[in-house]
Amino acid sequence: MPATAPQPTVRRDQAEPPVLQVDGLSVHFGQQPVLRDISLDIPAGQTLVVLGESGCGKTVLLKTMIGLVRPSRGEVRFEGQPLSSMRERDLAHLRTKYGFVFQGAALFDSMTIADNIAFPLREHTRISAADARDIVASLIDEVGLPRTVLDKKPVEISGGMRKRAGLARAIALDPLLILYDEPTTGLDPIMTDVINELILRVKERPRVTSVVVTHDMNTARKVADRIIMLYPLFRLGLDESQIVFSGTPADLDRSRDPRIRQFVEGRAGNRLTELQDEQTLEEHP
Amino acid sequence: MHCLRTNCLRTNRNRIMAQTPETPEPTAPVDAGTPPGGAASAPGGIGGWFATQIANLGEFAMDRVVAIGDVALFALKTVSWIFARRQRREVLLPAFYQIGVMSLPVVALTGLFIGMVLAVQSYAQFKAIGLETRLGSVINLSLVRELGPVLAATMLAGRVGSAMAAELGTMRVTEQIDALECMGANPIYYLVVPRFLGCLILIPALTIMADFMGVLGGYLYSHLLLGIDYHHYWENSRAYVDVFDFLMGIFKSFFFGAAIALVSCHHGFHCGHGAEGVGRSATNAFVHSFVLILLLDLFLGIWLNNVHDFFRPEGPRRLL
Repeated sequence: MPATAPQPTVRRDQAEPPVLQVDGLSVHFGQQPVLRDISLDIPAGQTLVVLGESGCGKTVLLKTMIGLVRPSRGEVRFEGQPLSSMRERDLAHLRTKYGFVFQGAALFDSMTIADNIAFPLREHTRISAADARDIVASLIDEVGLPRTVLDKKPVEISGGMRKRAGLARAIALDPLLILYDEPTTGLDPIMTDVINELILRVKERPRVTSVVVTHDMNTARKVADRIIMLYPLFRLGLDESQIVFSGTPADLDRSRDPRIRQFVEGRAGNRLTELQDEQTLEEHP
Repeated sequence: MHCLRTNCLRTNRNRIMAQTPETPEPTAPVDAGTPPGGAASAPGGIGGWFATQIANLGEFAMDRVVAIGDVALFALKTVSWIFARRQRREVLLPAFYQIGVMSLPVVALTGLFIGMVLAVQSYAQFKAIGLETRLGSVINLSLVRELGPVLAATMLAGRVGSAMAAELGTMRVTEQIDALECMGANPIYYLVVPRFLGCLILIPALTIMADFMGVLGGYLYSHLLLGIDYHHYWENSRAYVDVFDFLMGIFKSFFFGAAIALVSCHHGFHCGHGAEGVGRSATNAFVHSFVLILLLDLFLGIWLNNVHDFFRPEGPRRLL
């Protein structure tokens, strides 16, 4: 049935011009295809959630959007500028318009939290040390961190605090596009919702567009304006689109596609048997 | 449903396999006379076996050439970033402190013991021919030309090189290097250039320290324990060790420092996954740095001897 299902349309007519355009994007790692012919437009102000099971290429898509991974085919355009043809210096400058919240926060171990958050300010602005301190203080207030963490190293604070410090660093330069890579993974339910609330607050900033990669349905339902769902390539036929769903959270709940229902409802189904069959195929091809 | 799904998986796997063939059979195109699929193992397939070995050797050589090219590009980027932007004091100083100040005790200790060991090992031979007063010349000549720079560099490849590879490898694994790029900062400028400059400037400085401690250790052992007269010891050292010998060792240590920094940072930057990847990159950083130090030592030694002969055609003074 999935092979004959119509491919969902992911382009929509929007009044706002798209901040980010992904055109026919394919990514291979060596001989291994990870993404195939992904196309989508993300209009300004929208919060797009990218759902999908582990290994389906969500994080690779996110890293391609900021130019950390080079596409094998296709193009990513930020405000109309193609990333792949940019010089290294121009790409570095363009990245000041991005904020990236990493799954493990990716704070610099050798720096204090204050220095971590001030890093993009010191790198790209000429503000004084006193002004930088004020901005850092207002940022940690915004993400709900106590001032006492400022002089601590990342290893001395909890996972939830690290994520919030990572978010504070990501928004330090008032970016136009914020990319979140599994922002709630590994957090307790309360801290998960705190992060969801923060994503919503950041979304209220003027002209902020967000892309949230997650497999957490609560996060998706709470923060998304639009959801797309990626499916692992090795489970798809050659003619099937890798984006198996594109729509609002309400559309997702109404979808009857068994692949989507299985993910939304969190059912293993036959997956364990399939994985065992795959293992058998590996050993006895 | 289950069977359908399994078939679907099997079909998809076959499709992917069809798109992405596994490692090509290297024997097939070389020996047209051998039956397909059994070139190496078929009876009388000596030609096929040789072809396989040659193909493997070619693949190995290609991999090495690609790796060397990769390190060369990495070095080129590092050097270009030294001049592309003003270096910041707050970025340079921590790296210099780690490489220079923290290595001082271990390098001093290494130098001291090399000097003493040289005295221990040479004394019996020199005493047998009644030339123990010339011990200073042979100890100090070996120290400043060869053992001081090479052993200091080896020690620093272990202490500094492995640490740099492990630190950068951990940063790679925990996405800190990606985070730098995402914030529009160049990781080569921030992470590699300070370490490269630190090694380039401070490893020669540490070599001077190793030389000094080695000279001191050799003298103390020879004078205090072996009873060699200090006047003859120093007079012979002065007569046979000249500035060129000292500068030759220091000149080589600039290359050793650059090699340690580039190899170790390159391994850190291209670290594999997880703790195993970090461990492997730290080990490889040391092993490859050490091999490179020995290779550089050999070729620089040959070249510097030619330089010496060019400026002093009469050759070195005879020790005996």
